Amino acid sequence: MPVELLNTIEVIINGLMTGVLYSLVALGFVLIFKSSGVFNYAQGVMALFAAQTLVGIQTGQVPFAHLINAVTGMHVSKFGFDLPSIIAIILTTLVMIGFAWIVVKVIMVRLVNQEPIILFMATIGLAYFMEGFGDLMWGAELKTLDVGLPSGGSFWIEDVTAQWAVEGENYWGMYVDVLDIWATIIAVFLVAALTIFSQYTKAGTAMRAVADDHQAALSVGISLNKIWIMVWSIAGFVALVAGIMWGAKSGVQFSLSLIALKALPVLMLGGFTSIPGAIVGGLIIGVGEKLFEFWIGVPFLGGATENWFAYVLALLFLVFRPQGLFGEKIIERV
Amino acid sequence: MKLKTLVMAACTTAIVAGPAAADLVFPSLDYRTGPYAANGIPFADGYADYFTLLNQRDGGIGGVEARVLQCETGYNTERGVECYESTKGEGALVYQPLSTGITYQLIPKATADDIPIHSMGYGRTSAANGEVFSHVFNYPANYWQAASGIILDILDRNDGNLEGKKIALVYHNSAYGREPIRTLQELGTQHGFELIELAVDHPGQEQRSQWLQVRRDRPDYVIMWGWGVMNQVAIQEAVNIRYPMDNFYGVWWSGSENDVLPAGEGADGYRSVTFHSVGDDYPIFDDIQEHVVDAGLASGAGDQIGTVLYNRGMYAAMLAAEAARTAQDIHGVAEITPAMMRDGMEALEMTEERMTELGLPGFGPEFSVSCQNHGGPGESAIAEWDYDTQAWSIVTEYRAPDMGVIQPLIDEDSAAYAAENDLPMTRCPAEDEMMMSVEDILAEMRTIGLRLDELADMLEAAQ
Repeated sequence: MPVELLNTIEVIINGLMTGVLYSLVALGFVLIFKSSGVFNYAQGVMALFAAQTLVGIQTGQVPFAHLINAVTGMHVSKFGFDLPSIIAIILTTLVMIGFAWIVVKVIMVRLVNQEPIILFMATIGLAYFMEGFGDLMWGAELKTLDVGLPSGGSFWIEDVTAQWAVEGENYWGMYVDVLDIWATIIAVFLVAALTIFSQYTKAGTAMRAVADDHQAALSVGISLNKIWIMVWSIAGFVALVAGIMWGAKSGVQFSLSLIALKALPVLMLGGFTSIPGAIVGGLIIGVGEKLFEFWIGVPFLGGATENWFAYVLALLFLVFRPQGLFGEKIIERV
Repeated sequence: MKLKTLVMAACTTAIVAGPAAADLVFPSLDYRTGPYAANGIPFADGYADYFTLLNQRDGGIGGVEARVLQCETGYNTERGVECYESTKGEGALVYQPLSTGITYQLIPKATADDIPIHSMGYGRTSAANGEVFSHVFNYPANYWQAASGIILDILDRNDGNLEGKKIALVYHNSAYGREPIRTLQELGTQHGFELIELAVDHPGQEQRSQWLQVRRDRPDYVIMWGWGVMNQVAIQEAVNIRYPMDNFYGVWWSGSENDVLPAGEGADGYRSVTFHSVGDDYPIFDDIQEHVVDAGLASGAGDQIGTVLYNRGMYAAMLAAEAARTAQDIHGVAEITPAMMRDGMEALEMTEERMTELGLPGFGPEFSVSCQNHGGPGESAIAEWDYDTQAWSIVTEYRAPDMGVIQPLIDEDSAAYAAENDLPMTRCPAEDEMMMSVEDILAEMRTIGLRLDELADMLEAAQ
């Protein structure tokens, strides 16, 4: 194969892998929107908070150490032990469940039947609160995240694909990051589990009923509290997975919360209510932005086109399908 | 009646007592929150801790206490300008905006308000031309000198010949990131290397396209002009594609512990240009520990001491304090005004002897500032990250930049600014040149790129 073609295939594969990472973030949004009609502005900050908590627990950091030291004059920072990654992940999941419980009890139940914009504003407030709370609890400094997932280019893929080039070409083979492969495997499991849960379990059906109409769901005996706590907990777990994958690349720091910006075009394209939509949308955005950068961005526009092109692509889709690829068409009759 | 008497007495006391005891105000436009907090915190801690040290150990500067006025910008230009507006009335002596965007906005405002700005190693590079920029200082080095410093190191490693080499610039797609392009293009023309420009959008969390491009183009060297998360992701991506780390250079804002730690062992050997030294093996840190940290007065948790960005913040504060001292000497008063501070900055002279007295021997190159040259000589060295010791170390001598390339660019850009703003191009008096000391002449000669051995030859020949 000509090297140009191989390079294009490499861009597509990497675009798909990046798309999976976008989808992981978008999934959290979809889950909460699907169950409560709330666009959770705090989803990105939840990923940051989950990752901060994971590193804090894993490295035995004392929560609120800066605050304790400032108030008491002590010098505490660590408990003096490290925990295995799996234990830290389980404990962090418990923290996220606790967080979900607090959010529902303190914010959500007080806003039942309010306008969606009110609920949206509440999540903006939640996002800002969590930003500060996370920094206060674990510190704002950059933290290294290592849960034992391998990373770096796959030698095997490089060796195999290097032979595909036309003889005589100095081709190094295709680059695929092993961490991205893991992210894809985890995302596939996550989506399969969530789809089965949503479509084929009693709790999943109750979740969809709550999404359709809070009052009607209440009238048939569905507990809003329980469903919302469950959904926010699942969204918290998805945020943790996204936080691990993105945090492994860049370290855990405030910028993790900005990955939510990458999920928006995915949601516009895939629809706010579809789990498969979040995945397909992520893949289309990932491949689209990478191909555009490779073919047009770098050669003709000076590069750095990915951020804005993702939105252009999403808007193009919206022209033809305003509800997104997999979104539910809303028909309101008077 | 009694109440009225009391009020009158209080008012009289206040009038007689006059204003509260004066202090020297140093605003610190910090960012302890937001996407760049991880870098903003150590710098702000270093800046504040140095002034605390002076207050605790020496009773301030020239007998007057220093007061650091912290204002959170979040690295946001509008908030930075708001910080400036809200603090300038407090008697602010000098602004350290810690953001190129904020610096650009403050240049006309601060000049009009007669308050100096010190954009140390960032901001508008052509502000080094004191003939045009009366109130802006960017000593001891600027972006273009950083670009030249990196190319000088690459030249050294290639026996002075870069003909046919490919050098990629991975840069933050902002005014800051685009700063070195012109210089590198000029240097490319001069030395015959090809420059590949790869832009990364804010914040830089996703850079796969750029690094696939690097892998395809196979540049001999990569230079990074990043900040915040862009640095960590770039180094991780470079590790992932197995790019040789010793051929990967960062500007000084891409060369802190924060940038290399997330990539782990793979970051070993990564290089960064710097205008000051690294580590905590200096006497001043013992003083900071004793008078600031142990006294419970540290700005942060006291855990950043000796890191690259803490040292830079401390160095910035030290240069501000020394300029204030110089201003006190020039004007013969301890309680200086911002205008006096500007004079002090313009007459600042940092010698090795003085650095040693301050507890920082060999921490940075000697330099002096003049009316014409607000940028200093711009000498830089290369620091290298060692994963095993988890520390940076300086691996080259400090080198003078290629001012033959940089000075025309400074002149051109500052002339354009002067024309846009209807400013004179020759602000400095001619006598100033005639009054130059031998040290000034030597410093000036260094800025035009003459090597010391050539200088020695010339002096010998002159004798």
